[in-house]
Amino acid sequence: MTDTPIHELADAYLRGETTPTAVTEAYLARIARLDDRLGAYLTVTREQALRAAAASDARYRAGTPLGPLDGAPLAYKDVLCTRGVRTTCGSRILEGFVPPYDATAIERLGAAGAVMLGKGNMDEFAMGSSTEYSAFKPTRNPWDLARVPGGSSGGPAAAVAAGLAAGGLGTDTGGSIRQPAAFCGIVGLKPTYGRVSRYGLVAFGSSLDHIGPFARDVTDAALLLAAMAGADPRDATCVEAPVPDYAAALARGVRGLRLGVPDEYFIDGMDPEVERAVRDAVDVLRGLGATVERVSLPTTRHALATYYVIAPAEASSNLARYDGVKYGLRVAGAKDLIEMSSRTRAAGFGAEVKRRIMLGTYVLSAGYYEAYYGRAQKVRTLVRRDFEAAFGRVDLIVAPMTPNVAFKHGEKEDPLSMYLNDVFAVPADMTGLPAISVPCGFSAEGLPIGLQFIGKALDEPTLLRAAHAYEQATPWRTRRPSVPS
Amino acid sequence: MPDAERPPMISREDVLHVARLARLELSEPELEKMREQLNSILTYIDRLKELDVTGVEPTSHAVPMVNVMRDDVVVPCFPRDEMLANAPDRVGEFFRVPRIIED
Repeated sequence: MTDTPIHELADAYLRGETTPTAVTEAYLARIARLDDRLGAYLTVTREQALRAAAASDARYRAGTPLGPLDGAPLAYKDVLCTRGVRTTCGSRILEGFVPPYDATAIERLGAAGAVMLGKGNMDEFAMGSSTEYSAFKPTRNPWDLARVPGGSSGGPAAAVAAGLAAGGLGTDTGGSIRQPAAFCGIVGLKPTYGRVSRYGLVAFGSSLDHIGPFARDVTDAALLLAAMAGADPRDATCVEAPVPDYAAALARGVRGLRLGVPDEYFIDGMDPEVERAVRDAVDVLRGLGATVERVSLPTTRHALATYYVIAPAEASSNLARYDGVKYGLRVAGAKDLIEMSSRTRAAGFGAEVKRRIMLGTYVLSAGYYEAYYGRAQKVRTLVRRDFEAAFGRVDLIVAPMTPNVAFKHGEKEDPLSMYLNDVFAVPADMTGLPAISVPCGFSAEGLPIGLQFIGKALDEPTLLRAAHAYEQATPWRTRRPSVPS
Repeated sequence: MPDAERPPMISREDVLHVARLARLELSEPELEKMREQLNSILTYIDRLKELDVTGVEPTSHAVPMVNVMRDDVVVPCFPRDEMLANAPDRVGEFFRVPRIIED
């Protein structure tokens, strides 16, 4: 039962073949047996999960289940606030923080009957691409424990891949849902900016942050998105547009869809196995009736540089709140307020977070603002125009998710080499466009490869439909890692 | 002012200045490493100067939106005790901090 997608679990509950409690217990047993090796969870909410599962059992017995997510055991990235359950953001500075409220996304999944298994590990404050920057422990890739699961949402991604959760939530500011989904061989969906409320998401880069699902298949991703999407008066950046029936869009196939393959997403130095798998996937889509053409996104090579101005700038501002006054860590013995904050932040933040705060403060500081931040915002417009031009000709972009498969722990010591891993991921964050990663094969060493689709704003139905058609035509989702216990 | 044609070069003094602005105490080894790493990242970011952005409007947000309004009605707020429960140091209903006003 721990390798069954959520939509099939719901069917099994309805038929009375199993119960939410039995499945939740099976997941908790697997977590107890395997998570010491994997490090996917920072907190396991066992008692809470069993209570939620029992309530779900009762609804199925009474014939009143809440819908397809009722009784679905999920892992939530530890950057999403959970009422009464500590939320650390992978940081020492929030080690003891217990939020007084739930994030809207989590509240809505709870209202749909989902069962929280626990809080997933992550790079500190979602800054990183390997989950090695968690202040507490690294997460390992279930396909090869010597390798990283990607990041920053590596914990929930690894949990879903390894059968330690049926689905999960991550966040994506510069690829942090889709890159770990690719590395772990699962589905990761970043919806359009504002499609899912960010209320209760601890802020990193406010113009770039997105919440989205991890899932075993595209159908589950559609169900999870449907439960979370829609306007929220507590997040003014949440879009008002009505939420379409994502699951109903899935079965329509790709016949007649126009797909664009961007030249700039096949670069020197990329892993030839990744390139071959992606080109083969494009052939599959063509075989299914899509038309494929080359498109150009000329500012791709500048998008990452733009991201590393804008995201740190926003982070330096958002993380100013960790001053040792209202919550989190405070270092004792300081003689004044500034010293208290400066020493608290020195002790509470890890090296990558400090780097980004410094970089962001620098590019916003007097004399440099226009040269860096001002220019980056203009280049962001150029990145957006590239996509607008491409979407004048095609319905979807199809491209590799990452230039390489999962790398080894400790392999990317230099910060810049870590950043370069997200070169194909950040444009969708910069533009707010919806994007998804689906498995499209394995390297010779047995490591998963991800295929990325990028859609027009709010056009998740077309995005999911193409991803679903590809998934159903290929065998990749049936292959699961076997984690040694 | 930065010279647009020259690769960036952050000095030790720059790092100390920015660290003060960011309220971040850096140890001596951290300081030098930070200087090297920031220079390497800024050298990469320098490629933004290749592009002509004359007359290009800045994008501050992925989805354009202005002035989201709601009705001016009173709604309950969080109980004070819950909001103070995470405070590292409190007195009654206040956050306590080191003295900032001289006697």
